[in-house]
Amino acid sequence: MKDPAIFDMENPGEISWCPGCGDFHILEALKKALAELDLEPHQVVAVSGIGQAAKLPHYMRCHFFNGLHGRALSHATAIKVSNPELVVLAIGGDGDMYGEGGNHFLHTIRRNPDIANFVHNNMVYGLTKGQASPTSPLGFRSPTSPEGTSNLPMNPLAVAISLGAAFVARAFSGDVDKTKEIMKRAILHRGYALVDILQPCVSFNKVNTFKWYRDNTYYVGPEHNPRDPQAALALALQADRWPLGVLFVNPHPTFEETRSAYGDDARPLFRRPRDPRGVREFLEAHYR
Amino acid sequence: MANYPRANLGDVSLVLCGAAGQGVQTVEQILVKLAKAAGYHVFASREYMSRVRGGSNSTALRISSFPVRAPVDRIDVLLPLNRGVRSHILERIDGGTAILGDPEELGDEFRRWEGQTVPVSFLSLAREVGQALFAGVVAVGVLAALLEIPREKLEEALRRHFGGRGTDMADKNWAAGARGYAEGEALRRSGRLEMDLVADPAVEGAILVSGTEAVALGALAGGCDFCCGYPMSPATGVLQFLVAQARRFGVVTEQAEDEIAAINMAVGASYAGARPLVSTSGGGLALMGEGISLAGITECPVVIHLAQRPGPATGMATRTEQGDLDLALYAGHGEFPRAIFAPGTLEEAFFCTQRAFAQALKWQSPALVLTDQYLVDLSHDLPIPDLERHATGDYLIETKEGYRRYAYAEGGVSPRGVPGHGEGLVGADSHEHDEEGHVREDFALRQRMHAKRMKKLEGLTRDALPPVLVGPEDHRCLVVVWGSTRPVGEEALARLGRKDTALLSFPQVYPLPPSTKDFLARAERVVAVEGNATGQFARHLFLATGRRPDASVRRWNGLAFSVEWVAQELGKALDEGGEMA
Repeated sequence: MKDPAIFDMENPGEISWCPGCGDFHILEALKKALAELDLEPHQVVAVSGIGQAAKLPHYMRCHFFNGLHGRALSHATAIKVSNPELVVLAIGGDGDMYGEGGNHFLHTIRRNPDIANFVHNNMVYGLTKGQASPTSPLGFRSPTSPEGTSNLPMNPLAVAISLGAAFVARAFSGDVDKTKEIMKRAILHRGYALVDILQPCVSFNKVNTFKWYRDNTYYVGPEHNPRDPQAALALALQADRWPLGVLFVNPHPTFEETRSAYGDDARPLFRRPRDPRGVREFLEAHYR
Repeated sequence: MANYPRANLGDVSLVLCGAAGQGVQTVEQILVKLAKAAGYHVFASREYMSRVRGGSNSTALRISSFPVRAPVDRIDVLLPLNRGVRSHILERIDGGTAILGDPEELGDEFRRWEGQTVPVSFLSLAREVGQALFAGVVAVGVLAALLEIPREKLEEALRRHFGGRGTDMADKNWAAGARGYAEGEALRRSGRLEMDLVADPAVEGAILVSGTEAVALGALAGGCDFCCGYPMSPATGVLQFLVAQARRFGVVTEQAEDEIAAINMAVGASYAGARPLVSTSGGGLALMGEGISLAGITECPVVIHLAQRPGPATGMATRTEQGDLDLALYAGHGEFPRAIFAPGTLEEAFFCTQRAFAQALKWQSPALVLTDQYLVDLSHDLPIPDLERHATGDYLIETKEGYRRYAYAEGGVSPRGVPGHGEGLVGADSHEHDEEGHVREDFALRQRMHAKRMKKLEGLTRDALPPVLVGPEDHRCLVVVWGSTRPVGEEALARLGRKDTALLSFPQVYPLPPSTKDFLARAERVVAVEGNATGQFARHLFLATGRRPDASVRRWNGLAFSVEWVAQELGKALDEGGEMA
C-alpha cells in the first residue's frame, strides 16, 4: 500500500471547483483507491473530456490525457489497447459521458476495454452554468428548460446492465470510504467498469443536495447476486430509493485480449520494432 | 474481321460489364493476373453503382506491350455479361469496337452494332458444366485464348482462384474455362478476332496491386500499427485490408461506432505511442474535424487517408472526384500545422502514405493522404517499390523524472515521450497548456505555445515533396495536376505531342514547397487540370504563389478523366485559353 500523497500535485495551481463540490471527495477517494492498490503515478493514465469533473486529471499527479468533450472513452480505449500495461481511467461528468459522449458510452460497453469509467453524476451542467443534463429529473428547471425539462432522465446503470457491461456500480461522493472501495473493485475488474458517482452540485442543483442523497440512497446488501442481470436491472430501475454498490458483474474477454495484434506478441505497440522489409517480403510472396 | 491493337497503338482496351454480384470482379481479377503472368502490362479501373446486387458495373482493362497507367474512352473489345449496359459505356462504342456477347442474354440490346458483334454462347457453355453462374469463367477462357495465354496457365490460375472452395468447384471452373478457351481458339483461327501483343520481360518480377493495397501497404511500411474507421465508400478497403493483415503485421484494428470515435481513438493511440491510420471519405472527414484539431494541439501524430467521392453530403457514394482539397486544407478549427499528400500513381501511393507517417512523427502533426475512388479502385503492374530507403525513424524518447511533454524547443518539436516509457509523466490537453500539458490561461504562454506549434510548419515546408516535372525543361506552357490526374495528364500530353509543354504534378499539396513559385513564374501559360467544379487547386496555387493558372480543365460528373477527353480539352486550353480559374 502506497501513500495517497504520491498522487498530490507538486505545484497545485488554482482549483476551479466550487467550495464544497463533490468533486473534491471523488478526487480524495480516487487517490486513496490507487494508493491502496499499490499503484504509482507512472502506471496510471487519467483520461477525461470537458466539464468540471473532467478537470480532475489536472489536480492529480499521474499521466493524463484531457481530450475533447464526450470523447474520453474513445481516447481511453485506444490508450489501453495501445499499451495494455497501463491502468487507464476515464473520468467525466454526466453531460460529458452520457450526453456528448452517449454513442461512445453505448459502444465502449460493447467493446469492453479494460478501463474504469468514473462518472461524476450531479444531474446538471456545471461548467456551462446550470443547464439540464441527460440525467436531470423530469421537470428540472434550468436556463434552457425554464418550464422544467420535458426529457425523461437517462438511467445509465440500466443501459449498461442491459448491454451486458462487465462491471456496473453506483457510488455517492459524500461517502469517501465506500466510494474508494467501489473504485478499487472497478479498477481491478478486467473489462469496462462503470461507476456512476452521485454527487451534489452546490451551485446549480438545489434539489439533489447532500441531504437529499443521504435520505434517498442505501447500500445493497450481501443478499444481492451481482451476476444476476434481472436482479441488477431491478435495482438499477428502483426509483423510490437509489441503491448504491456493485449492482452487476459480467466478466467476458476484453477488447485488448481479442485483438489479433496481441495474439503472438504481448508487447505494447510502441515497443515493437518496425521494418519495411516485412512489407517487401509480403509483396514478393503475394503480389508477384 | 477485327485485329487488335489498332494501328499505331500498343494496347488492347477491354471493357467488361455486368450486374453487381454477377462476377465481373472475379473475371477481372483472374484475367489481370493471367495477362500479367503472360508478360503483358495491365491496367484496370472500375466504375460501379451503389448497389449490392443488380445494376450494371464495368471494369476497363488495358492489356499492353508497354506500361499503361490511365483510362481511355476507346473500347476495343466490349464484353457485356448481362443486358442493361448503361449509356455512358454504350456511347464509347466506335466503328473499331468488337462486342463479344451472348445473344441469349443480350437479346437485341446490341442490334445497332450487329456487324461488330461476335456471338459467343457463354450461357449454354456454362450450363454444360453445371449452371449459368460459370458464364464469367467461360468468358475468361475465351479472352485467355485470344490473348494467346497458354492453356496450362489458365488452368493454374483458375484452380488457384477457386481451390479454396473445394476440388469440385475448382474442377467445374476449370471445365468452364477450358470450354471458353476452345471457343476463343476457334475465333482466333477463324480470324474473326485477333490480339497480337508483345510480352515485356520487365513485367517478370513486377507486382500487381490496387490503389487501396498501395495505400495500406505504404502505411505498413511507415510503421502503421493501429487502424480504425467507420465503413464508407471508397475508403473502406484500406481498413479491411489492415484488418485482414492485423496478425501478420501486428496492427490493432477496430470498426468504430462512428468517425468521431475513429479519429479520437487514433489520437489516443498516438498519445500512447502507436502509429495510427484512419481511413474515411469526405463525409467522415467532416465529422472528424474536431479530432484533427485535437491532434494539432496535443501534437499527436496521426495519418488520415481521405478517399474522395463527389459531395456535398452523400453525393455519389461510389463515384470519383477531387472535391475535398479545401476540406483537407481547412478541416479542424483553430490554427495548427499539417501535411497533405496526394499520390498520383501507385508508386506514389506507397511512398506518400509511408512518407505521411514519417512526416507526422517527425513534426508531431496530423498528415493526410488524399486519394479518390478512381485511384483506390485501379490496379496495374509496377516494380516493387524501394520501401527500405524511406524507413521511418522512431522519434520517441525514454522520459526522465521531471519530463515536460511540451518543453519549449527551437524548431517547435519537443522531445516526444509516451506513458510507460521512462520515469516521466506524460500529459496532453485539448486546452492551451503549459509545458507539462496542464491547462493554464496565461496570454504570454498562449502566444509562445501557439508559436511553438506553428514553427513546425516551417520544418514541414522544408521537407515538402517537390513537384514532379514531366517533359521539356525549356517549356513555354505548363500543365499542372495534383493527385490521381497525373498519369492521365501525362498520356494526354504525350498524345498531343507538344514540344512546348511540360506537366507539373504535385504529390504533396500542403505545405507547397517554395520551388512551386519558380515553376509557375517561369511558364508563359499555366493550365490546371483537376476533378472538381471550382478549381480548388488552382485557387490554392494562387494563394500560395500569387500566380493564377491561366486556364483550367475540370470535370465533376463523377467519372474518372479519360486520356482522350483530357487531350481534347488541353489542346483547346493550351492554345486559346478556356475559362479562367
